[in-house]
Amino acid sequence: MPTPLVVSDVAKSFTMHLRDGIRLPVVANVSFSIKAGECAVLGGPSGAGKSSILKMVYGNYAVDRGQIIVPYRDRLVDVAAADPRTMLGIRRDMIGYVSQFLRTVPRVSALDVVAEPLIARGVDRTDARDKAGSLLAGLNLPERLWSLPPATFSGGEQQRVNIARGFITDHPILLLDEPTASLDAKNRDVVVSMIQQKKDTGVAMLGIFHDQDVREAVADRIIDVTAFCVPNGVAA
Amino acid sequence: MSDIPLLKVKALSKFYGSRIGCQNVAFELWPGEVLAVVGESGSGKTTLLDCLATRLAPSTGSVEYRMRDGQFRDLYRMSEAERRFLMRTDWGFVHQNPADGLRMTVSAGANVGERLMAVGDRHYGKIRATATDWLGRVEIATDRIDDQPRAFSGGMRQRLQIARNLVTNPRLVFMDEPTGGLDVSVQARLLDLLRGLVSDLGLAAIVVTHDLAVARLLSHRMMVMKDGHIVETGLTDRVLDDPQAPYTQLLVSSILQV
Repeated sequence: MPTPLVVSDVAKSFTMHLRDGIRLPVVANVSFSIKAGECAVLGGPSGAGKSSILKMVYGNYAVDRGQIIVPYRDRLVDVAAADPRTMLGIRRDMIGYVSQFLRTVPRVSALDVVAEPLIARGVDRTDARDKAGSLLAGLNLPERLWSLPPATFSGGEQQRVNIARGFITDHPILLLDEPTASLDAKNRDVVVSMIQQKKDTGVAMLGIFHDQDVREAVADRIIDVTAFCVPNGVAA
Repeated sequence: MSDIPLLKVKALSKFYGSRIGCQNVAFELWPGEVLAVVGESGSGKTTLLDCLATRLAPSTGSVEYRMRDGQFRDLYRMSEAERRFLMRTDWGFVHQNPADGLRMTVSAGANVGERLMAVGDRHYGKIRATATDWLGRVEIATDRIDDQPRAFSGGMRQRLQIARNLVTNPRLVFMDEPTGGLDVSVQARLLDLLRGLVSDLGLAAIVVTHDLAVARLLSHRMMVMKDGHIVETGLTDRVLDDPQAPYTQLLVSSILQV
């Protein structure tokens, strides 16, 4: 099986057309790869470009230069150049993403928010909901909340819905943007063991964890993002 | 999603005299895909929609549609009767103003049932049962089936228009500002309903809107138009979170935060 994720020589900057076209360099020469069953953690201070790297891998941010290679349908695809339809397929089948904040949709229940990625892959609705329920139960989200839309939930409750949604599928690559930021110690431990289980099944993970205990518990390797930083104004 | 597109648009332009309606538009749409066309009023997005939906003949270019038999046909080389049949059976068109898409003086049930009769259904009981089912799916109480849409609120009329369009199991639906003119709470309900129906039925849709939040919620892919040209295309969340074109950056930065 090919390496699940290979990032080579990626660069990203923002051009602010409304501010006289100022160019804000973010990162350059980003190169790393992640093996199956490995959890790599992006390290570095706020603003170093950790989230930008995750977002580029997910196709949420455009890439200036370089390649992000993932295997998809018996071939290797460059996410940096993939057309939208391919990218949607890669998101459905290859790359899962747990974002820091939940973007809620009006009137959709927590249970359905969690079950949705499975249903999108053709899993029966009842089975998907059963699995969603067991994940939410494992994350100690009270059952009385499951049928409610998560818009009114607390930060920690929303985050647990988000984690359950990201972990419900067996995507071979999982991106984790501070999944434990608003959780208490007990639920942090649950997430750590969920990450361990993903590792055991061979999932390649790339994450951002500011919590040092969690980082030490899950990280096989720290990728120092400051090595990719571009000094202000002299973007390559 | 299938590997063959449903719609192929090539070098489509529409001129009004020397003025540009839309120019050199090209894209493909696949089954199950929702494409949002965004831009300010006057950007050409409605002209484009009308050219695609055979409501307005383009000046140049072609629009090819994959018929149910798998053959691509150029919409503008079909007879008028063939186009009308397609519009009645395989397509839907949701207007911003429900009065443009409904018959206001016949009952809600007849508005839905009429589309079924157009595709050959003749059994009254079956038509009424299907209409009742669809009213339920768009959350209109079934005891309103014999009321005329004149007696409905704006949100109900819009939901009825959606039922009327979807009852024939179309493969492609065009929507022109489907939530325009509705109260915010009514909008949210309608959007959620549309989102569910589109994904359950695997519909392809082209949604014209100036509301980026509507585009974010409904669409997979987005085209941004300005002065009749497409200035940016891409995955909806990529376009909104990392806009590249100056005009898209202006649009995104102009959203009011609540």
